Amino acid sequence: MLITVRFFASYADSLGLDQTQLTLDAGSSVTDVLASVAQMPGAHALHARPLVAVNHVYADPATLLGPGDEVAVIPPVAGG
Amino acid sequence: MRAALVTHPLDANALLREVGGPGHGATAVFVGTVRSTNDGRDVKAIEYTAYEEMAQREMAGILDEAGQRYSGVILVAEHRLGLLEVGDASIAIAAAHAHRGAALDALRYAIDEIKHRVPVWKRELYADGSQSWVDPTRVMPT
Repeated sequence: MLITVRFFASYADSLGLDQTQLTLDAGSSVTDVLASVAQMPGAHALHARPLVAVNHVYADPATLLGPGDEVAVIPPVAGG
Repeated sequence: MRAALVTHPLDANALLREVGGPGHGATAVFVGTVRSTNDGRDVKAIEYTAYEEMAQREMAGILDEAGQRYSGVILVAEHRLGLLEVGDASIAIAAAHAHRGAALDALRYAIDEIKHRVPVWKRELYADGSQSWVDPTRVMPT
């Protein structure tokens, strides 16, 4: 299944991209996405356990994914 | 309740008018502005960016939560994105309620939760020409 992964702010700068697509096996979870991201060039600058959202809602690493889901890897937020 | 991400200058008075009404004996507003120093460095401007689809939804959810905690409160919040200079308002929130306690408490709840949860980021641009992303989770050296 195809998953869209989005990166923002310092994470996008470190990885050199703001979006990518991954092909994962059915039954994959957020943990599997983070494992793939950890192999990307520049991933050393990301937190070990970053905040993640699935389809615009914060999600924990065990969250199972479905085809077409959007996973966002979120740096520490600093709004306000 | 209304939450929005905007790129135009914020108008706190407009938000106060939006929430006010004859049944609301108390209206309160919070305005956050770009500060000239941070961590001892001279800040010239801050660039705000967001995961816009999620940030709007998260802000709206926080206002709804405040409405459940403080029954009868009306809230509106606007967060500005883009390049803001020192003194520019980056966020404005207005709250109205029959009584001041709930208006003030709901306002405090909203700004605290927005700061902790809404996916917005700021890149500080310093007077010396350098820049860096703000990471509130970073432990400052003492």
